[in-house]
Amino acid sequence: MDRDVVETVSLRWLRRLVIAVFLVITVFPFYYMLLLSVRPIERLLLDPGALVVGFGELTVATYAEVLKATDDGGQGFLTFIRNSGLVAVAATVLTLLVAIPGAYAVARLRFFGRRQVDFLFLAVYLFPSIVIAIPLFVVFTRAGLRGSLFGLVLVYISQTLPVSVYMLKNYFETIPVSLEESAAIDGAGRLGIIRRVSLPLAMPSIMAVALYDFMIAWNEFLFALLFLVDKPNRWTVSLGLSLLADGVEVPKTVLMAGSVVLTVPIVILFFASERLLTEGLTSGAEKG
Amino acid sequence: MTTTAPGPGRSPTRERLAPPRRRPLTLRRRESRAGLALVAPTLLVTIAVIGIPIVWTVVLAFQRVRLATLRKTGLFGDFTMDNIDRVLHTPGFAETLWVTLIYSIGGTVGSIVLGLVAALVVRRPFRGRTLVRASMLLPYVAPVVAATFVWQVMLDPQLGVVNAWGQRLLGWDAPVPFLTQESTALATVIIFEAWRYFPFAFLFLLARLQAVPGELEEAARVDGATPTQRFRHILLPQLLPVIALLGVLRFIMTFNKFDDVYLLTGGAAGTEVVSVRVYEFLTARTDIGAAAAQAVVLAVVLIVFVLIYLRFFGRRVS
Repeated sequence: MDRDVVETVSLRWLRRLVIAVFLVITVFPFYYMLLLSVRPIERLLLDPGALVVGFGELTVATYAEVLKATDDGGQGFLTFIRNSGLVAVAATVLTLLVAIPGAYAVARLRFFGRRQVDFLFLAVYLFPSIVIAIPLFVVFTRAGLRGSLFGLVLVYISQTLPVSVYMLKNYFETIPVSLEESAAIDGAGRLGIIRRVSLPLAMPSIMAVALYDFMIAWNEFLFALLFLVDKPNRWTVSLGLSLLADGVEVPKTVLMAGSVVLTVPIVILFFASERLLTEGLTSGAEKG
Repeated sequence: MTTTAPGPGRSPTRERLAPPRRRPLTLRRRESRAGLALVAPTLLVTIAVIGIPIVWTVVLAFQRVRLATLRKTGLFGDFTMDNIDRVLHTPGFAETLWVTLIYSIGGTVGSIVLGLVAALVVRRPFRGRTLVRASMLLPYVAPVVAATFVWQVMLDPQLGVVNAWGQRLLGWDAPVPFLTQESTALATVIIFEAWRYFPFAFLFLLARLQAVPGELEEAARVDGATPTQRFRHILLPQLLPVIALLGVLRFIMTFNKFDDVYLLTGGAAGTEVVSVRVYEFLTARTDIGAAAAQAVVLAVVLIVFVLIYLRFFGRRVS
């Protein structure tokens, strides 16, 4: 057999094997999370290696404990979900309101300092967030914004803005200028052109950016920890979950139920829009 | 550098778009004004919530500030080199930097290698490919708190599935406390990093792979190149610029990472990276000056590394 045949055949099998391995390492942790969240803790201690829910083991008591309000002896995650949702939606909407005109300007209009602005966003995106966190911690402490969800939204906008502008800019650049010109000839002003021509065309990309921003805000942990830790009724899901783990003996199964509650909205959103998202994320990379 | 200069008035609504090139000065000027007006909100937010804080961190790094004395400290009070001095001479500083470096390089290389392998295997269509591709992005989109917790539980010595199966199948004598003993903690954190961020490299590399013209490989095949030769001489050269770019992006992001290490080990067992240390200074010791100084040192070290990297790979990245 020549080398080509050997390689082709062995690589074909290797490829299947590698795909299987990747599926296991990416999906298994999440399956395990779900599995543990519906097993009673006593059963888990007896048989930690089990990979399926045993007969008659299934329980949803863990979820009840996580979701019930603290007054009823639960962990109050419903409040956290509401907080996280509010913060993430507000941050997403406000980011888009600011980022769309900004991205359009950087992509289309020639103005003084345009290239510097472009560079600025990349630099900001890559700057350590812990560096920004210190003075914000100071300012928010002074201004009494610590413990307020509004302050958190403000910080999240700054976290999502650079990457949003970058992604939207790349998309605006792909829209043919001639379309906008013909609208201009028909008498539309600049804002009219943006609203009637550019925005509808950029809708898929805007949706992708919105989802991405929502995910960043929903998943964020450091700033929530720094700003909200003293106010239990303002905690986000991420923060509530991480502090639940620090607290007095909470069974790991309850912790996993909390993790499922935190993860499920993101996974649903992600699978509903997977195509949109992967294409939106990399539309800038294909050129490079 | 541009400062905020919002054009006088909002963008004029009745303004027309000029034909490209050689437009009259006035139209050009209008365009410039519209551009500035539209970009102004973005700039304002960025400068207010990011620009000013960065400058302020540098100022704080040279002041004696504690949370308790915060209200009395002015913005331009007595400057001192104490913080920097203290940060550089506190025990463990060099070790923290070294750990951060190993962690960043390990995480970067690991995630790129995994991402490359993943991109190569799902490159050609097969049944269920969309689902496989989507699953591969799971570690990246899942919330960091949930991902770290499930790893903690999986690796738990008492009730973790890894130790249960390791003892049953691989004959481990005793459960391995992966995240709490010095010999394994850092490696485990690096593996976590590679696992969580390989989808990022995967997305970029897959997009680039699919842009490689099919004729190139076809021609090489006709000339008798085997699959590994085609990868080595056709695909890899095409991918190198993306790999170089991913190298610098992932390195910067990993170097700055806080959440992952903080949540997995809390910085214990020889995994204290610089951001976790800054956080400790800020909250546990409420020493704002020292935290800022530490953060500034972090940023400076990072900038130096990136410059060195760009010096060697700069042509590829751009």
